[in-house]
Amino acid sequence: MTVPWDDAKGKSKGFIFVEFKHAEDATFALNAMNGHPFDAKHTFFITRFTDIERYANLDETYVEPKPEEFKPREHLRAWLGDPQARDQYVTYRGDEVEIHWHGKPSQCEIAQKKNILYTSWSPLGTYLASLHRQGVRLWGGPSFEPQQRFAHPLVKLIDFSPCENYLVTWSHDPIMVPEGAQQGPQFFSPEDEGNNIAVWDVKTGNLLRTFPTAYPDGDDSKRQLQWPALKWSPDDKFVGRVTPGQQISVYELPSMGLQGKKSIKIEGVVDFEWCPLGDKDREEAEKGANGAKGAKKVKENMLAYWMPEVANQPARVTLMEFPSRTVLRQKNLFNVTDCKLYWQNHGDFLCVKVDRHTKTKKSIFCNLEIFRVREKDFPVEVVELKDTVTDFSWEPKGERFVIISSNDPNLGNPGPGITIKTDVSFYQLDVRGKGDFRLLRTLPARTSNTVRWSPRGRHVMLATVGSSSKSELEFWDLDFHNDDFGRREGSKDEWGSGIQHLGTADHYALTDAEWDPSGRYLATSASAWRHTLENGYAIWDFRGQEIEKHILDRFKQFLWRPRPPSLLTKEQKRQVRRNLKEYSRQFEEEDAAEESNVSAELVALRKRLVDEWNAWRKRCKEEIADERKRRGKKADVDSDEQKEEEKEEIEVWIDEVIEQIEEEVVE
Amino acid sequence: MRPILLQGHERSLTQIKFNREGDLLFSASKDHVINVWFTDNGERLGTYDGHNGTVWTIDVDSQSTFLVSGSADNLMKLWSVQTGKCLFTWEFNTAVKRVAFSETDDQIVCVTEQRMGYQGAIWIFDINREGDGTQQSKEPANMFHPVGSKATLCAFAHVPGMIVTGHESGKVALFDAKTGEEVQSNERAHMDVVTDLQLSSDRSYFVTSSKDKTARLHETKTLEVLKTYTTETPLNSAALSPGKPYVLLGGGQEAMSVTTTSLRQGKFETRFWHKIFEEEIGRVKGHFGPINTIAVSPKGDCYASGGEDGFVRVHHYDESYFRAKPYGDLEVDE
Repeated sequence: MTVPWDDAKGKSKGFIFVEFKHAEDATFALNAMNGHPFDAKHTFFITRFTDIERYANLDETYVEPKPEEFKPREHLRAWLGDPQARDQYVTYRGDEVEIHWHGKPSQCEIAQKKNILYTSWSPLGTYLASLHRQGVRLWGGPSFEPQQRFAHPLVKLIDFSPCENYLVTWSHDPIMVPEGAQQGPQFFSPEDEGNNIAVWDVKTGNLLRTFPTAYPDGDDSKRQLQWPALKWSPDDKFVGRVTPGQQISVYELPSMGLQGKKSIKIEGVVDFEWCPLGDKDREEAEKGANGAKGAKKVKENMLAYWMPEVANQPARVTLMEFPSRTVLRQKNLFNVTDCKLYWQNHGDFLCVKVDRHTKTKKSIFCNLEIFRVREKDFPVEVVELKDTVTDFSWEPKGERFVIISSNDPNLGNPGPGITIKTDVSFYQLDVRGKGDFRLLRTLPARTSNTVRWSPRGRHVMLATVGSSSKSELEFWDLDFHNDDFGRREGSKDEWGSGIQHLGTADHYALTDAEWDPSGRYLATSASAWRHTLENGYAIWDFRGQEIEKHILDRFKQFLWRPRPPSLLTKEQKRQVRRNLKEYSRQFEEEDAAEESNVSAELVALRKRLVDEWNAWRKRCKEEIADERKRRGKKADVDSDEQKEEEKEEIEVWIDEVIEQIEEEVVE
Repeated sequence: MRPILLQGHERSLTQIKFNREGDLLFSASKDHVINVWFTDNGERLGTYDGHNGTVWTIDVDSQSTFLVSGSADNLMKLWSVQTGKCLFTWEFNTAVKRVAFSETDDQIVCVTEQRMGYQGAIWIFDINREGDGTQQSKEPANMFHPVGSKATLCAFAHVPGMIVTGHESGKVALFDAKTGEEVQSNERAHMDVVTDLQLSSDRSYFVTSSKDKTARLHETKTLEVLKTYTTETPLNSAALSPGKPYVLLGGGQEAMSVTTTSLRQGKFETRFWHKIFEEEIGRVKGHFGPINTIAVSPKGDCYASGGEDGFVRVHHYDESYFRAKPYGDLEVDE
């Protein structure tokens, strides 16, 4: 460090030279200190020495910049065109993110080290988002080129809209716009200062709007962020934000203006959820958009919200149509402590899990209020339970759900080493009977606390997550008897007999479990974010057979790449299903070819390794022989001795005391 | 593989050694006693009493006449294998961490620990094999202080007058015994303490284990890393298997942190790795504490492991072990 001194003035010339050992150190200092304000008048600027030289010798003549050649962008959904239709997954370990193909030759696609803090896929799998200190970056295409970036410093959480058009980011630190920061539609402007949430357009990278974080009411210590803070309607047309206790504000896209210029004022509202779109809705919406004849009026979006008991008013769950804001159905509830809204993923049912307390407020029990959204007048059915329900999960596209309930006294106060006993129950809509939800089967005395339905339904995995002593995975099939797809109509089996346990597996200290998009494989991982015991991941098939297992230090995250909905029509799908046998024969052939290919490669590799080793050993032996000769000793000391030894006979005496009798002879 | 459980130690094992014929097994432990066993049936032949501290290390010469031991009572002792009598005692200022005979049995090398203001040192003593062995010189033939990270392991290298050492920093080095000069070194051989170092029968290569969860095969002459075996647990010992291209690795969660984890967490298994393909072949369970030391009989027909649990388990290989060719007909030189 040199400080040039102005002797005449008796003070420094106002700049210093600092030398660093490594270029990275210099870059770090540049990033950290450039523009640092010492006080109101003095600001610290850093310039690289090489830059000074470069700009000093700059050519002053103007050269016409060449227009950038058009480069065709890589296809963002190229991975779907894989001839073997393999899925991809991303692993995040240490500070390295890797993308793998899931398949026989498990190969790593790219590896990048860029101080990544977190990664995530977009909901249809088009982009891979990575969080950095400076903001979010999106990657895509077959070679994972950078696609877009969003400058939100110290971003902690991100959320995509369901159709991948928009991105929401959140940072704990309020937005600050330093002086001289870049301006433009992609950057924060001074009006955004102090806000935490930002909404971006994915395609252009433009900032749409920012919001402050809305915390639920109550004292500061209990303030907990709700994430996602902004809730998207399934068609990306609206985004809603709840201000607890006051209102739901819905914004229109892409303008991000408040819809109807006013929020929906609801006294005491706690939470809301949009109704998801089913396949049918999607088709109809498309038809409507194309202006085809005969298309019905496009169904409006629907949302459900609830509010707790206030004063003398009962708690209430409401279904509302949007944007017309007509209330479709309301249900009053009593003695409510908490509500959770669960939509079935096609929007056929809404289950409101109501935690209720007895009059004395001592014990808590649970009601499931199931709204049948597709039927006229939205009939509501109530399933009453005596225990506390800790987890609820709809079967995707299905009419079944699983609940995990518990009456363990330790439930409220989890301590180390305590495993809570739970019951797992399956329910199904009884089509033949009264048309209500009936219990299929209960599995008593489990420790499972997590349910994962296969994205195709039918298969379900129960796991014990976050326990230090138990880590069981159970794989269940709910339609074991009839492989036929048109199952429920023709089934004359006994109620609940189709449930079959397929397998049990164990992944020590797992923290996460996720099905692949095809529902054939399940990945479990133990993340270093939660603990440091045996981090790594494993992939299982739907029967609970282990396919791969990797124990990796500092392993953090495993994510399957989601797939967009299939483009095949129903007719085509049926065709595929009919010819399944033919296809499976083809696949088996391919597999066999692949396997023999791999094993041939492996044999060759081993042969090479052994040859290398043997050659090295030969060299070594020769050297040693030479060395010995030089020292005037016998070249092979061992040989005669070994001969002697061979002759040696080994006799082994085995003394076994079979019985010992002590006799006392009394004379 | 029917294991024989040798229950003769009250505290954890520190080192076990086979003699050249593989019929005797010597074991040293923290309970101050050295035991010798018949490998065949696990019967205890006798003990070598006299140390007054943890016996850290032992070595037996190729003729099974002398046994040398180093201990935390700052003594190194020479024993008669046959009678169990202590023939000679050398005294140092600090504990003796590792001893080893030379190929021709006429020299001993030992490492003394760096502690209490004393520098760590490597000592080489000439052994007088004439007479009853009690006539030994108190003065070392050579002595030097390795600079840098302290040495924990040592052995005679491929040529006389060369010492190979393992260090706390993960360094592996070659020293000239006469001058004490570091001839060759590999600073980044391991990322953590080197816990064991065992040479091949012709001393042209050796295997080291380390707390960094890897074991490595090095060429003695160049100290070049030939192979790396990466496991998921800290390793305490690594041994080469004569006759088969395997290396045996043992270790497990640190003894002090074992109680906070479950048994299956500990990974107290002996792992068999293929020496050349660097892949794991199998594991042998049994110990309920970390494995501290592994030795393979020079004949290659059995191996033994000594654990923190105080037991030595001797495993004689089944017939099928010798017949099995898991990798086809590839011939691998020793």
